[in-house]
Amino acid sequence: MNALLEIVDVSKRFGGLQAVEGLSLTVDEGEILGLIGPNGAGKSTVFNLINGCYPPDSGRIVLAGADITGEPPYRIARRGIARAHQIVQPLDNLTVLDNCVVGACFGRENLPLAAARRLAREVLEQIRLADRMDALAGSLTTAGKKRLELARALCARPKLLLLDEVLAGLNPTEIESMIEIVRGIRAGGVAVLMIEHVMRAVMSLSDRIVVLNTGRWLAEGPPEAVANDPDVIAAYLGDPSLMAAVERSA
Amino acid sequence: MWRRPFPWLIGLMVLLFALIPYCTNDVQLRESLLLAALYIVLASNLNLMIGYAGYVNFGNIVFFGLGGYFCVYLVDAWQWQLLPSALAAGFAVGALALLFGLGILRLRGAFFALATIGVNEAIRQFVANFEPWGGATGIYLSLDAYRPLGGPMQALWTAYFLMVAVMGASLFLSDAIKNSKFGLGLLAIGQNEDAASVLGVPTPGYKAVVYTASAFLPALAGGIYFFKSGIIEPAGAFNLSLSIEAIVMVMLGGQGTVIGPAVGAFLYEELRGLLLTSEAFSHFQLVIAGSLLLIIVLFVPGGLMGFIHRQFPRTRHWLE
Amino acid sequence: MIGIAASVADGVLVGAVYGLAAMGLTLIWGVMNVINLAHGAIIVFGMFGLYFLAAALGVPAYAAIPGVIVLGFVAGVALYWIAVHRVIGQAELMSLLSTFAVNMVLIGLGTALFSTSPYNIPVSLPGLTWEGYTFTGTHIVAATIAAAIAGLLYLLLHRTRVGKAIRAVAGNRGAAELCGIPTRRVLAMAFGLGVALAAVSGTLIATLFPFTILSGEAYQLKSFVVTVLGGLGNPAGALLGGIALGLVEGLMTPFMPVSWTSVVEFALFVIVLIGYPRGIFAFSRS
Repeated sequence: MNALLEIVDVSKRFGGLQAVEGLSLTVDEGEILGLIGPNGAGKSTVFNLINGCYPPDSGRIVLAGADITGEPPYRIARRGIARAHQIVQPLDNLTVLDNCVVGACFGRENLPLAAARRLAREVLEQIRLADRMDALAGSLTTAGKKRLELARALCARPKLLLLDEVLAGLNPTEIESMIEIVRGIRAGGVAVLMIEHVMRAVMSLSDRIVVLNTGRWLAEGPPEAVANDPDVIAAYLGDPSLMAAVERSA
Repeated sequence: MWRRPFPWLIGLMVLLFALIPYCTNDVQLRESLLLAALYIVLASNLNLMIGYAGYVNFGNIVFFGLGGYFCVYLVDAWQWQLLPSALAAGFAVGALALLFGLGILRLRGAFFALATIGVNEAIRQFVANFEPWGGATGIYLSLDAYRPLGGPMQALWTAYFLMVAVMGASLFLSDAIKNSKFGLGLLAIGQNEDAASVLGVPTPGYKAVVYTASAFLPALAGGIYFFKSGIIEPAGAFNLSLSIEAIVMVMLGGQGTVIGPAVGAFLYEELRGLLLTSEAFSHFQLVIAGSLLLIIVLFVPGGLMGFIHRQFPRTRHWLE
Repeated sequence: MIGIAASVADGVLVGAVYGLAAMGLTLIWGVMNVINLAHGAIIVFGMFGLYFLAAALGVPAYAAIPGVIVLGFVAGVALYWIAVHRVIGQAELMSLLSTFAVNMVLIGLGTALFSTSPYNIPVSLPGLTWEGYTFTGTHIVAATIAAAIAGLLYLLLHRTRVGKAIRAVAGNRGAAELCGIPTRRVLAMAFGLGVALAAVSGTLIATLFPFTILSGEAYQLKSFVVTVLGGLGNPAGALLGGIALGLVEGLMTPFMPVSWTSVVEFALFVIVLIGYPRGIFAFSRS
């Protein structure tokens, strides 16, 4: 499999806090890579670095062979990386449809308005938000906003989708439904890098998992291997949900 | 564009503005409508910044004043005709706006707002000391300046029709932007600039373009207005109060809509006329404008059009 | 040379008062992310407040200052509930416009009540003479009072429960609410405090220079410059920034006509904002 995104020896410090240190990881085309680790491990920082929200202090980020280190967010979006944020960021006073049209217009394909509208409608059908198309984004429920966040990211037709805790706050039914959606995304050829705390989802969805701890790479490999890794277990200190997930997938 | 009802509405409005004073030959009405048209130009173009991109340009009057100065100077010192002078003024101010904009558009929120006041004040100070433009006394146009247009009386009519044309252009520009991909990007920036950037909206470029665009037509209007007035001086050209009133007009009518600023400008001009003639209220102009703005921001942030759109959702489609 | 040194030293004294004014502004910003565009108007009302309060009570100017502080605080709390409370969660645009609207109303009222004629509070104090140059007594007293109030503010914020609540709300409003802190009341108090600081800085300025209803604009600009020099939300930085600005003014006045002061200050404002967005004197914020 070809490497789509390569993070090479990247570090980032905020004042006194070394958020990420010497991290290297690769996301292959068409794979789902899970990014897990205890709170404060630096996962969201990694996303912000990939996105271009701020540049790394050192190291490189390479997308499909092109060095994107230090590029501004809108250029990285144009190259084909889209993101669904942990704290949802709907464009409140625009309709659900218009939110998605923005994603389609300014994403990788840089579509004109009419084509973008058509694409947005399709995606909203797939995500089952079409019935709320003309509602203002600010009026949706949290679950609805999370779906919108995802739909909007998909409208950008990315090559790589960054999912930041999209399952947080969802009930079991909604989680199942979201898992199916993510599988469908991978089936469409989009690579997914997901930060997630809902362990059973990560275990069942991911092709591979990378574990971070205090900003550094801790372990990497297929889900079962990672779950049984003694360093990982120590880092989570017997996290019951992790153990339960391991037991269920065994 | 012409498949939607709204542009036809704009066309109708322009036609009415042009025909009614002409057919009735009512000079007083014409002067009143000229002022209304000017306010509509200022408010509409300001709306591009406030209502679309979410940036409050407190010093927006600087475009108007500078445009006036460029135009009057070209007419007076170089004996140019009105139309090319006004157009040249528009382009000159647009270029300056791009230059300043690239600097101050990096600032967010209140800092941008204050920086625009700073730009206005700095330019007023500069012009007041700039001898080729008359310094603190300004420039007076001799009656000769009106001869190419057939004398002062005729020139006033020409100036009026030009102003109406600029008003129409402002409204059409607003409409065209709102329904374009560029406009959607601006609206996204206005909602959440960081999210918009992550979504791929090229924020620095878009902001620079809209800031420049919002400068061009007010500069033209300034050229026409001060040509017609025959005199321009720093205090009147860079009048911060008018700048502020433009903001009130935009908020009153409904920021983010196309017709809103026009409605707001019209209403405010009527209100202002009423207040100025009433002895008791003339001192309280600022108080009333401020209270109006406060009430709008607190209770009806969508302005009049926002209110109408909410009460009668169907109007959203044909009264944009 | 001595002339310039004296001008600079005098600038530092006046700068302390600028710092006090800016502290009000930066406190409000730090606690609730609102930039109070009525700041200048409040400074002016502080000036007029001192004038009329001293006249009404028949006391010397300095004695009326505490009265203005109390009135300023009350007015600030009222302003919060009237103009700020409803727009706090919304886009920044809204609070900008609402405080700006308040500014318009206040200046409009002030112009109607006091017209644009200059007012003056005559205060005669012995000055300090050094090397043939006199530092006016009023400047020294103003700087001292400003420093004292700054010190009191520090004590309030760091040694009292109210201050702790304010800092908690400033740090994380959600968490503060969860701890049972009545956040809205705290926000109102913080706003009142900020307004009181602006008002008292107005009183001090009134003892130094003659003033009109339109004087507020210049001081609001100075407050903004100082605030960005010191870093938003950083009262200590504001004081330092104020002194720095006073220093700069002291260096400028022998060489430049007064009308250019505003232009230079605006240029400084924009340059600092673009170049040092976190302030030149910003200590690392916890």
